[in-house]
Amino acid sequence: MDLLEFQARDLFESFGVPVLPGLVASTPREAREAYERLGTQVAVVKAQVRVGGRGKAGGVKLARSADEVEQVASEILGLDIKGHVVEQVMLSPGADIAEEYYFSILLDRANGSYLAMCSTEGGMDIEQLAVERPEALVKLPLHPVEGVTAEVAAEIVEKSGFPEGDRAAVGAVLEKLWVAFRNSDATLVEVNPLVKTGSGQVLALDGKVTLDANASFRHPGWDAYEASSGDVDLERQAKELDLNYVKLDGSVGIIGNGAGLVMSTLDVVAGAGKDLPGSPRPANFLDIGGGASSTVMANGLRIIMSDPQVKSVFVNVFGGITACNDVAHGIVTALEVLGDEAKLPIVVRLDGNAVEVGKAILEEANHPLITVESTMDGAASAAAKLASERN
Amino acid sequence: MAIFINESSRVIVQGMTGREGRKHTQRMIMSGTRVVGGVTPGKGGESVLFEEDPVPVFGSVSEAIEATQANVSVVFVPPKFAKAAVLEAVEAGIELCVVITEGIPVRDSLEFHQAAKSSRTRVVGPNCPGLISPGKSNVGIIPAHIAGAGRIGLVSKSGTLTYQMMFELRDHGFSTAVGIGGDPVIGTSHIDCLQAFEEDPETDVIVMIGEIGGDAEERAAAYIKENITKPVIGYVAGFTAPTGKTMGHAGAIITGSQGTAAAKKEALEAAGVRVGETPSQAAELARGVIAELRHKQSA
Repeated sequence: MDLLEFQARDLFESFGVPVLPGLVASTPREAREAYERLGTQVAVVKAQVRVGGRGKAGGVKLARSADEVEQVASEILGLDIKGHVVEQVMLSPGADIAEEYYFSILLDRANGSYLAMCSTEGGMDIEQLAVERPEALVKLPLHPVEGVTAEVAAEIVEKSGFPEGDRAAVGAVLEKLWVAFRNSDATLVEVNPLVKTGSGQVLALDGKVTLDANASFRHPGWDAYEASSGDVDLERQAKELDLNYVKLDGSVGIIGNGAGLVMSTLDVVAGAGKDLPGSPRPANFLDIGGGASSTVMANGLRIIMSDPQVKSVFVNVFGGITACNDVAHGIVTALEVLGDEAKLPIVVRLDGNAVEVGKAILEEANHPLITVESTMDGAASAAAKLASERN
Repeated sequence: MAIFINESSRVIVQGMTGREGRKHTQRMIMSGTRVVGGVTPGKGGESVLFEEDPVPVFGSVSEAIEATQANVSVVFVPPKFAKAAVLEAVEAGIELCVVITEGIPVRDSLEFHQAAKSSRTRVVGPNCPGLISPGKSNVGIIPAHIAGAGRIGLVSKSGTLTYQMMFELRDHGFSTAVGIGGDPVIGTSHIDCLQAFEEDPETDVIVMIGEIGGDAEERAAAYIKENITKPVIGYVAGFTAPTGKTMGHAGAIITGSQGTAAAKKEALEAAGVRVGETPSQAAELARGVIAELRHKQSA
């Protein structure tokens, strides 16, 4: 779960990480009020989006009066930045930046631990820095429980080459960022830039935070983040139904059980569609999970059929715990409920647990939209072909 | 032989008295697993009936080990309590701890993986279907009826892809099939399984299934090149997955240019692994390799 900048700012502040004031506005009018509350002459108005490169896209602007703030906010709000429409801006006072640094803590899968990265050359794209001047980026594996202790912080600032006079102040902020990372169950905390001001204060000026959705049970406050998670409409509807759904761009709707099998199904469909007219591709990822009931199947089918891009549907289930009769029953029920709304052909491939009963249910229903195929590859071809013909 | 579990594995089920735990204990027993006890804190002294046979419940893993000489535990407890359950198993010195639970915060799993590192315990998972040595022992939720015993070793992150591949190759059967789990950080890696299969006299061919995210497949490829003499067949899922979106498994996410299916396939092929485009194609490749081996043996 990715946080917006102001959410990251608020989170940092709650852990005592020094940040600038930041006020959020969703209308130009609110931006003017926020400016007046800030009480500084120069304000930075920043688009709140979950995507990089907003500066270049015109999403960050300076303003020096209430009128100018209102003007600038009206330009930024509603802006489309790489497909993300700006719904909020954050206002902060202008900062007197003397130095820009980089610091992050992230989950390092390869080593099964956390990794701290630090550089005295902040502000720029860190992936670029890592490629062009790897020696300028210090990487330090962290103990998964101890993290950034005072000793580790001292090691990081020394290795990164901070001047001796700055080390204590920067190190103290790194320790606080670790506490924020750990206590909020983050998998990424990135501060770019971390700055030193003219008066020598160390501030986290911009933050990127990713939280571990699995830990939401111990963070009741996260509901507010989920409400603004940037999902497209269908994804939001699917989430409300507890479905694991990701919207893609193609025309073959996919339903399967188990993340691995569904990923594989997308690939097989894309492969089957490659040489057909219009090259049909998968329209979505939808995993109905293990032991799915017929209700879950019906909900899934409804979500997919409400996607206007979808031309055909492929249901691919290998019944491990999931019983194929439940899946078949779910398909039949969903078609009954949808009635005339259901217009798309459905290709079904079932194997595993209770497959014979499942196939018998589909046969008996004898629904004109349903085709049963016996193999995954064959079914993928059939679904891709249908989508291609109906394009 | 087989790897990690066999007919002499003595299994305890952590969370056996819960709904999922009970259901899957029943299935494990039905497929021949020696389930010697269950563990639920506060319920020690009770027992649960499976087809008329009582299985004793213990209050702690160490009590269970003492009473039953269990060497394997399988964890079905909910995410909230999973860390405590695994730490308990590790501290009690169990040899193998298979964590089925899905949705454990990564901070919690890092903590128990850390504890396991300096112990004798091998952790499989979390968020995995477990493992099966058909006809010998079945620890977790893999349906036992998909395929029988044979000489293929299978390792996969994904549950249903494991089932799909077992189904595809049911004509040959498996020494052991291991589902290592779809979380970003897992206890037993592809490499651990490759190494064990290499050393297992009952395994002739290894099938390895990978998926997007992380660099485990690339590492496995490097390991195969240096250390594996048995033929390895590969399959990678997630070619059509977009970057930045999690595909069901918490670990299945492409970040930046890292973790793509194409990069993984390329790395595996460079290590001499034959990689199938679809599960059935991979199965076909495995069949071909087995035929070659038989031919050589008979020649």
